[in-house]
Amino acid sequence: MPRINSPEELEKVRQEILQKGTTCGKASPRSCISICAGAGCLASGAGEVIAAFKAELEKQGLKNEVNAKGTGCPGFCERGPVLVIYPEEICYLQVKPEDVPEIVSQTIKGKKVVDRLLYVDPATGEKAIHESDIPFYKHQERSILGSNIMIDPKSIEDYLAIDGYSALSKALFRMTPEQVLEEIKKSNLRGRGGGGFPAGRKWEGSRNAPDPVKYVIVNADEGDPGAFMDRALLEGNPHSILEGLMIGAYAIGAREGYVYVRQEYPLAVENLNIALKQAEAYGFLGKNILGSGFDFTVKVHQGAGAFVCGESTALMTALEGRAGEPRPKYVRSNIVGLWGKPTVLNNVETWANVPLIINKGADWFTQFGTEGSKGTKIFSLVGKITNTGLVEVPMGITLKDIIYKIGGGIPGGKRFKAVQTGGPSGGCIPEKLLDLEVGYDELTRAGSMMGSGGMIVMDEDTCMVDVARYFLNFLIDESCGKCTPCREGMRQMLKILNNITEGKGSEGDIGLLEELCETAVDASLCALGKSAPNPLLSTLRYFREEYEAHIREKRCPALSCKELIAYHIDPDKCRACMICLKQCPAEAVIGGKDRIHVIDQQKCTKCGTCLEVCPSRFGAVRKISGEPVPAPIPEDARTIVRKSKEK
Amino acid sequence: MDNDRIDRIIDKHQCEASSLIQVLLEIQSENHWLPKEALERVSEKLQVPLSRIQHIVTFYKAFGLVPKGRHEVHICVGTACHVRGATRLLDHVQDLLGIKPGETDLDLKFSLETVNCVGCCALGPVMDVDGKIYGNMAPSKTTDVIKNYE
Repeated sequence: MPRINSPEELEKVRQEILQKGTTCGKASPRSCISICAGAGCLASGAGEVIAAFKAELEKQGLKNEVNAKGTGCPGFCERGPVLVIYPEEICYLQVKPEDVPEIVSQTIKGKKVVDRLLYVDPATGEKAIHESDIPFYKHQERSILGSNIMIDPKSIEDYLAIDGYSALSKALFRMTPEQVLEEIKKSNLRGRGGGGFPAGRKWEGSRNAPDPVKYVIVNADEGDPGAFMDRALLEGNPHSILEGLMIGAYAIGAREGYVYVRQEYPLAVENLNIALKQAEAYGFLGKNILGSGFDFTVKVHQGAGAFVCGESTALMTALEGRAGEPRPKYVRSNIVGLWGKPTVLNNVETWANVPLIINKGADWFTQFGTEGSKGTKIFSLVGKITNTGLVEVPMGITLKDIIYKIGGGIPGGKRFKAVQTGGPSGGCIPEKLLDLEVGYDELTRAGSMMGSGGMIVMDEDTCMVDVARYFLNFLIDESCGKCTPCREGMRQMLKILNNITEGKGSEGDIGLLEELCETAVDASLCALGKSAPNPLLSTLRYFREEYEAHIREKRCPALSCKELIAYHIDPDKCRACMICLKQCPAEAVIGGKDRIHVIDQQKCTKCGTCLEVCPSRFGAVRKISGEPVPAPIPEDARTIVRKSKEK
Repeated sequence: MDNDRIDRIIDKHQCEASSLIQVLLEIQSENHWLPKEALERVSEKLQVPLSRIQHIVTFYKAFGLVPKGRHEVHICVGTACHVRGATRLLDHVQDLLGIKPGETDLDLKFSLETVNCVGCCALGPVMDVDGKIYGNMAPSKTTDVIKNYE
């Protein structure tokens, strides 16, 4: 492909691509089957579905009339593999390779909808044909994620077909760097990675710094467990992030950029490298971009697995080839950053917002959101929720709407307990605060934080003490060890929490925990240590009675802490079906044919297999906590006399 | 791992000391672990003290200083998997393989690791063997999965 040397040439190339018809979407003259090839769908078999479509289209002689492609993730992971057929925008869920011939013959050739693959509303039984009719999508505002399903992330042509790089062209030729900066400041775009620092102010600081050499960095070191928003963007639409980065570089006057991406995301690294090569070939990167005289290059740096490297100064240290330890921020990194030069570092999602703001204007962006938080935010809605997936919502939506309207509530008729936001630095928000509007300041006031956007829903079976212990355990592994309150303080907190969950807690533990938290918040150097006590403090604030039950009654109210529970087979309900007896890995179930089963508490490892396999029509196995296990029934009363045999 | 292969990786990164982490990552991904000889070679070629390399390889999680088994079993302990019972799954796999996370069994068949999120939260709890993802895992299903690997 020859390089593009002017905005006019860019538009010409775009028209040529659209006419060729190999892209997806409404503008394409051909039908197109877009199959999600995100991590979630691939794990549920999307690869086989894509191959089956290619083979079937070839077989039917439709190869040149219908496109079939693996695309970025549209977010509905729960029902993967997900596909959308254009131009009708028919959405099929949980598609298997054996459904493929039917879809091709019915929908592609016959223009009929395959009913059984549609979304069915569990409440009303109504079917939804289009993506936009499904409640999961209906209440979202998908300005960033929406285009994922339309493009093959490995093809720059697909990105150009949806107006890709038009914002770059607009910024380079119709705006001065000052105007770009003004627009970003006016939009009040705040960092999507956690802190929520206004991007415009960060950029302005770097722009005004006297050093002529400046850098821009994409922070793609998404380390929060249970969060995969950035991954979906990197894997699904890498060009949009690069475009944002280029615009930012133009605004502050940087000539070099870096993408710091974790090596745990091999597909993201691959797609990003392909995108970089293509962007260079087309003249969006390198010398004299689009004939504007602006030079810019980007390098990919793989992170080697350290959570603390998501912190800006630690990330820069890692980029320099050293162990990623944070440094004090008396001087901000936008003035003295990478190699001691002014450096603007923003999260993946922040950069992805930039082209949209330049194209549609700051006024478009500020129409969404609350006073302090504008635009949309992507959350990964996971845990005990009916519709697991990525959701992009306008700021200011309530937690209740996200969990019930979009997420479809809690599965299995269980009760909602808490929602955890902000990853290991965030906190748990209880039911009584579900009407809280989502925004940076609102979440902070509730004792949690926006973070990068993990949203983990917990139900009555989740023990809040265990959740606090879980996050501390995670952070202890990830603390770089540089300062004592974080390194040693967390170790002591974990020790106390371990004791509590094991039933060895004592009065005064809660007070001691609070004291340790206070020290870590006040005396740690970086955000990791300062925010590490958040999960603990928020659970203490909202679920103190659970801690007290563990300490005083040696009881886990959620029946989750292994040391405080026991499994018991109800002799009245046991039908001696032998299933648990055969499956118990510890051979702790005593019994036999027509002999009521009894668990040997000495042998039991509390793996829960018996509860899991006990047929639901019997429901004989239960968990107990805080009370003694009933004595096993006497040997001679264990024989079951079956009704059929009585006759 | 011979010196030629290491040299090739180093040359790819233009012998720059700032590329140290990238060089080590590439050796790790080709060889699955970092033998002492490899680290010495890198130290010599990039003119970086061995002590700094040791600091880096022990700081970052991606590096391993002991050989790996033929099959790498990863249990996701991300928050979403955790609330769906990843701990019970991990306990069970530990018993099954007889090794703890970070360890390799004596006949170099399996290595066990925990990971913090593989991004398939809809399928949690998740177990990953040599890159193949097994979703909605229950302790009782693990035996069937593990016995497929020789």
